[in-house]
Amino acid sequence: MKRRLLTLVLTGMMTLGALFLASCASGAAVPAESSAQEPAGKASAASEAPAQAEPGDNGPDAASGEITVYTALEDEQVTAYLEEFNKTYPDIKVNVVRESTGIITAKLLAEKDNPQADVVWGTAASSMMVLDDQGMLEPYAPQGVDRILPQFKSDKETPTWVGIDAWETAIVVNTEEAAKLGLPEITSYEDLLKPEFKGHIVMSNPNSSGTGFLTVSAILQLNGKDTPEQGWDFLSKLDENVSQYVHSGSKPAKMAAAGETAVGISFGYAGLSQKAKGAPVEVIFPSEGSGWDLEANALMKKDGIKDASKTFLDWAISDDAMNLYKENYPIITTGGDGTYEGYDGDPLDQLIDNDFSWAASNREEILNTWMEKFDAKSEPAS
Amino acid sequence: MKKKLFRNPGQWMLMVALTFFFVVIMILPLGSLFSKAFLNSTGDFVGLANYAKYFTTPALSVSVGNTIDISLWTAVLSTILGFAFAYALRRSRLRCKTFLKYMALLPIFMPTVVHGLALVYLFGNQGLVTGLGWDIGLYGRTGIILSEIVYTFPQAFLMFDIALGFADGRLYEAADSMGCGPAKGFFRITLPEVKYTLISSLFVCFTLAFTDFGAPKVLGGSFNVLATDIYKQVAGQFNMNMGAVIGTLLLIPAVLNFAVDRITSKKTDGTVSARAIPLRIKKSRGRDAALGVVCWFIVGFFGLMVAVLVMGAFVKYYPYDMGFTLQNFVFNQSTGGFASFLNSLSMSFFSALFGTVFVFVYAYLIEKGRGMGPLKKAGRVLSALPIALPGMVIGLAFIFFFNAKNNPLNFVYGTIGILVLANMLHFYAVPFVTASGALRKLDGEYENVSESMKVPWYKTFFKVSVPLSLPAILEMFMFYFVNSMVTVSAVVFLYSANFKVASIAITHMEESGDFAQAAAMSLLILAVNVGVRAVYELAVRRLKKPKRKEAKESEL
Repeated sequence: MKRRLLTLVLTGMMTLGALFLASCASGAAVPAESSAQEPAGKASAASEAPAQAEPGDNGPDAASGEITVYTALEDEQVTAYLEEFNKTYPDIKVNVVRESTGIITAKLLAEKDNPQADVVWGTAASSMMVLDDQGMLEPYAPQGVDRILPQFKSDKETPTWVGIDAWETAIVVNTEEAAKLGLPEITSYEDLLKPEFKGHIVMSNPNSSGTGFLTVSAILQLNGKDTPEQGWDFLSKLDENVSQYVHSGSKPAKMAAAGETAVGISFGYAGLSQKAKGAPVEVIFPSEGSGWDLEANALMKKDGIKDASKTFLDWAISDDAMNLYKENYPIITTGGDGTYEGYDGDPLDQLIDNDFSWAASNREEILNTWMEKFDAKSEPAS
Repeated sequence: MKKKLFRNPGQWMLMVALTFFFVVIMILPLGSLFSKAFLNSTGDFVGLANYAKYFTTPALSVSVGNTIDISLWTAVLSTILGFAFAYALRRSRLRCKTFLKYMALLPIFMPTVVHGLALVYLFGNQGLVTGLGWDIGLYGRTGIILSEIVYTFPQAFLMFDIALGFADGRLYEAADSMGCGPAKGFFRITLPEVKYTLISSLFVCFTLAFTDFGAPKVLGGSFNVLATDIYKQVAGQFNMNMGAVIGTLLLIPAVLNFAVDRITSKKTDGTVSARAIPLRIKKSRGRDAALGVVCWFIVGFFGLMVAVLVMGAFVKYYPYDMGFTLQNFVFNQSTGGFASFLNSLSMSFFSALFGTVFVFVYAYLIEKGRGMGPLKKAGRVLSALPIALPGMVIGLAFIFFFNAKNNPLNFVYGTIGILVLANMLHFYAVPFVTASGALRKLDGEYENVSESMKVPWYKTFFKVSVPLSLPAILEMFMFYFVNSMVTVSAVVFLYSANFKVASIAITHMEESGDFAQAAAMSLLILAVNVGVRAVYELAVRRLKKPKRKEAKESEL
């Protein structure tokens, strides 16, 4: 008995001791630590030479140094874009952490008390709103921000985030499998309700994927924001044909490309890039219009914001950058010139009139309703 | 009481230091994460409200039942298969035993997401097996259980392989001469011999399946389990509080683990007396044929998985363009390219080095330390926890704890150090079992004698315990190394821009649909792990030779 007591006391003491260690440091010395954290001196040598005459108002270290960028852009895109960036700014070293939208946002939120990232690049606007709500973004108007169409940036006076391109709901159909199964042609969401598709559709779960959410949100909006029961009725019918909900936005396209499903509800680039690699898929944009979200950039609020971060954000919406984005995501936020490979007509027309603030304020309710209706079907069709 | 506690001040101080270290890398980070289970999103204390919400939302709470369901199936099936396989290798006259043994270990050399990939190639809607007309309905419960069996089978097999390796031939001969049939011998001698391994195996497989994220993510379909629920809460809804609630639920097996440990800690299987004689395996066609079918089926299955991987790595676009290409080995720069592969090597090496030293010394103090009863018990409690920690929980907990501005340990954040710490914790459980198992087999008289002769304990430790446990130590090192090479779930939150690792790169490739590149990188990892294993086997073989001589001498 005595021994057991001692065990408890000892474990407790140790925990307390360690806690004390952690907390006593918290009282003092905070300001000193944060400023010492990044050796700013590193960059200064190079910057003493007159900074290249680029957007010069960012301060003395604007064209050199080292910044950390968190992004949800695709790997291959990041590589190509950065190559271009370093042609203009060879002295800025960009360290990239790339993860899927969900993980990168979760990481940013978890690091809230001591942000490691300087810049967030190409990450969903819906995530940016969450970060903004938490007060984690520093308002900054990058050079040339006026060119960005108003619906594609934050509505603050000095924008906290700025969109670069949009991605949109697309239906990816494996033509070989569809022919084998004798599936009818698809042009709209409505077509997906036909009984022939039962068990042949894969969609992303809105609770784990941004693409899933923007699609659900679009279907609800298209059926009338004031008559949600109509939208849910549509989703229930769709649910009868869906074989599984997966935890990633691009996975339905990927599964369609590999023939694992005949139809995947995914996003445009996911389908088009698989097609370019040789997959027998068609990418269909539903005639009712596509739900969409933006890839956006922002400056992180932290001590000692670097000049080079601002330079990067300026470049990231420049024409050079936009031309690169356009190769992968035809819908760029400066508007386009109208014609694109893989799209009929101007892809901007394809986007529904997305009410971001409606979607944001109803997000939790939508997700919970969806979860209760469809996620609880724990046993899949097998 | 006091006298006993300070019977050996050096040991006592080391024990306190290691326990303190353990508390710092596990209890404090977990505390900083799990405290969020009792807060709302704005940080106010809400008591058990989050739990109430969890259990009144059927869509969420259904996962508890689902997770227990798949874990039970996995535990039972993996244990049966692992036992059968080990039995075949140790107690039958099958041919090609060495080959069979290494094939059985293949799955632990690959990330779990790769098991999922291979299963899709085999059983998916376009799979090779499905193409032959056998559709098992991969996505969902079936797929998860299948993938978890592939993942846990090698662990079960290794445990039984060791347990069945010790046998006293005299027992079987005696049984034989008394007229016992082979069946009776099996149930009366063999099974009782391994009963504690049986319990441990069931438990280890159960827990691994309970907390695994890779298989349900790739193959789960709409079948919800706790590990994917955390992902949905944290990475989908950005609800850290509910994520923390689910994290605490995942600790259920840790409580079980402690109970199991209580049962098995005092007892071990196969304490073989010095007078034991090696078992002579009798001829039995029926037995060998039956076991042969089981073994070759399993091995064939694993072989097929690797074959599919090789095919995936060298083919242009499966299944629609089957041309040969080497292009898949050219990795994207942003995933860290080839450098990430080298990073993985060094991270795994340091994880293995520090992990093995920490676990072995700690296990030694718990098993063989003089006195220190309460500290030992605390050590056992702490040691029971890590097995139940999913990587994602460790990753998030480490961010909250180590990234805090006021933490004096803040400097490790964003370095290789934090990855090593995470791996040391994440893979603690199995090496700890290996170490304490090996140490228990050593005669306690060594310590008693050295104490009465006033030989310092550390001399006995270095001169007796370490050399005698060397195979176990190498085994622990191997385990740490191989798992650190393939781990994703904890590391995904902790790696930094300057230090990317290969297993993460594989996940990215899989996510962006680059199955071929993922397969190529997996082959590289597989090759390294198999290489390390080969070096290990050679080392053990060289170690064993002189030892056998010693053993003979001591018998005389």
